[in-house]
Amino acid sequence: MSAPVPIKGRSRDEMAARAAKDIPDGAYVNLGIGMPELVAQHIPADREVILHTENGLLGMGPPPMGTAADPELINAGKKPVTALAGASYFHHGDSFSMIRGGHLDFCVLGALEVAANGDLANWSTGDRNAIPAVGGAMDLVSGVKDVFVMTAHCTRDGTPKLVESCSYPITGRGAVSRIYTDLAVIDIGPGGFELVELAPGIRFDDVAARTAAPICDNRPPRETGPAQAARPLGNAHG
Amino acid sequence: MIDKRVADPAQAVASIDDGSTVMIGGFGEAGSPIELIHALIDQGASGLTVVNNNTGTGEVGLAALIRAGRVAKMICSYPRSANSRAFPDLYRAGLIQLELVPQGTLAERIRAGGAGIPAFYTPTAAGTELETGKEHRDFGGRSCLLERALTADFALIKARQADWHGNLVYNKTARNFSPLMATAAVTTIVQAAAVDAPGTIDPETVITPGIYVDRVVCIPDPAHESRLVAQGAAYP
Repeated sequence: MSAPVPIKGRSRDEMAARAAKDIPDGAYVNLGIGMPELVAQHIPADREVILHTENGLLGMGPPPMGTAADPELINAGKKPVTALAGASYFHHGDSFSMIRGGHLDFCVLGALEVAANGDLANWSTGDRNAIPAVGGAMDLVSGVKDVFVMTAHCTRDGTPKLVESCSYPITGRGAVSRIYTDLAVIDIGPGGFELVELAPGIRFDDVAARTAAPICDNRPPRETGPAQAARPLGNAHG
Repeated sequence: MIDKRVADPAQAVASIDDGSTVMIGGFGEAGSPIELIHALIDQGASGLTVVNNNTGTGEVGLAALIRAGRVAKMICSYPRSANSRAFPDLYRAGLIQLELVPQGTLAERIRAGGAGIPAFYTPTAAGTELETGKEHRDFGGRSCLLERALTADFALIKARQADWHGNLVYNKTARNFSPLMATAAVTTIVQAAAVDAPGTIDPETVITPGIYVDRVVCIPDPAHESRLVAQGAAYP
């Protein structure tokens, strides 16, 4: 398809804030490296959300101020972080038991592509010159109860990232439950992409034209704005 | 009397042979036993298979061991990092092998190796490129892969505190793979910032019990990889 003209939807911070609204009080959450890390700054003040980093910390706090960085207190992106009151350290076996054993409620990950059946591609572009690296991505998508994706709706050159089936190597099959883009919030339903909510100023046709698979309009009959309630805990997906 | 202390890093790594499999603790620089790795470079063993989450940065520590041509194969989850040059150079030149393993599967394979479990099934990586060559079996309608345990001849790990029996306490996120690796190696070699008499560490706070540890060397003020890299240091 020809690339539609660029359109201005949510900023990265607005996308992060929208995703954060769906994370309920008391949730245990892993945020992927990059744009998903912004979600931490937008958790509503009346909610306590415990952040997990797979290199062995529950209760991860923001980067340290000034020169207080400790090279032995880092996140999965190998950047200095802090440990909040109530935090715990553990080894990699325990850390991935939390992930693979279904103990984490949510993760928010970036994407190269998401397919209409929930397949996620986010670990490799298939470039033969690139050094292959997977980290914990395949463990997260196979074990965490709800896998959220946060991504630009299209690549910089306008190519849709929401597709019928992934062309990049798969990270996990049928893994994704919800997608936050600059244009919309979209669920993976039994029949494929389902529009939950449009970003302010965006029309359904704008989203459909930039999605390389059918998308059904699943909004309530009279959309009155973004949903207010966070998703309930313990509502395991697929 | 049990006393696992050795005098220095050179003595600690002296028995590592060519062709050994060596697990090296650390996630990035956190927990990397850099003085033991440098002693291994000096010692000269080659043809090593190294198990680590990454492949080191700059020209120190694990990256320096790779640059020196001592590593025939890396088993890791994420060999691509900022400031990582040695592994990419050798990999593109076809001079080092890579076995890429999802991080949780890597941890579980090491844990299985230490626990006497030869293999296990996991859904991680089923349906992906990384399932190639692995047995499949469905459990509860979910496709799973058979993953085999990892063991090693040696483990090199870093602790905050040890005692003469080899009981260990770690520092923050520097713990990562080390407690698992200590269980999966025939000979586990530890560098610790403090090495104290038995009884100093509260038994309730011991993370690695001494049964898993063979040698302990005291490195009171270990170097930090990122600081060496920032200085442009290269080892040797």
